[in-house]
Amino acid sequence: MDVPAVGTELPELQLRVTRADLVRYAGASGDFNPIHWSDRVATAVGLPGVIAHGMLTMGLAARAVTAWTGDPAALVDYQVRFGRPVVVPDDDDGAELTVRGTVAAHLEDGRVRVDLAVTSGGEKVLSLARAVVRLA
Amino acid sequence: MALDRALVGRSYPPSAVYEVGRAKIAEFATAVGADDPVHRDPEAARAVGHPDVIAPPTFAIVVSLEAAFVVLSDDEVGLDYSRVVHGDQKFTHHRPIRAGDRLVATTTIDAVRSAAGNDLLTTRVELATEDGEQVCTATSMLVARG
Repeated sequence: MDVPAVGTELPELQLRVTRADLVRYAGASGDFNPIHWSDRVATAVGLPGVIAHGMLTMGLAARAVTAWTGDPAALVDYQVRFGRPVVVPDDDDGAELTVRGTVAAHLEDGRVRVDLAVTSGGEKVLSLARAVVRLA
Repeated sequence: MALDRALVGRSYPPSAVYEVGRAKIAEFATAVGADDPVHRDPEAARAVGHPDVIAPPTFAIVVSLEAAFVVLSDDEVGLDYSRVVHGDQKFTHHRPIRAGDRLVATTTIDAVRSAAGNDLLTTRVELATEDGEQVCTATSMLVARG
């Protein structure tokens, strides 16, 4: 891939997260915190309801970058701040996530920094979400 | 309770070896919707230069978060786990994690501070092979709500 200009936008990624996805991620990751599967526990600690694992949101958002580069190994540095929880209702539709990415900077050695905007229902759920990809 | 700044720099003994399996990588890839064949098909992975299937970029959390739990169970740190939430996360990959890796995690407390009545603790987990090859640096900021 030629080094894309700063400001280049990645194809937008839209997806849905359901309770089944949370259960699957809990098993795969080993994170069985009940706030990700029990409304009773989630509301007891002051949440509106069951929320997605922040790490699931981070993992899903990475797809916008890996789909763009076509090479998961090119994502060498990846960081996010978990700003706002993604509440996942107990229905067939779940929660909506939208991931947008923009080439923000050229770094040395053919690497570029991509800044991600990850929203659910129009609200930003990750902040300072940045990926460094090696394109050379 | 404010965290003691003297904790900064504290390091914990290396973890037991975590052996990365192809089935675990495939299971994790499915859970995050990572559909690239390099996560499931060894031939596809070899065709692009990897010795075996590689893990998706956030797979390291499977090993690193468990390693970081040594900090939460350290009585001298005194964090109340029921108040802890994940504030931020960073991965720096020195190379992709791949099936067959025998990983050892070494955890260090990188920073402690207080903000808005919360305790913020940053742990850095260095993942390396048994033979000492650096694989991934995973940094987690944990927030203990005050």
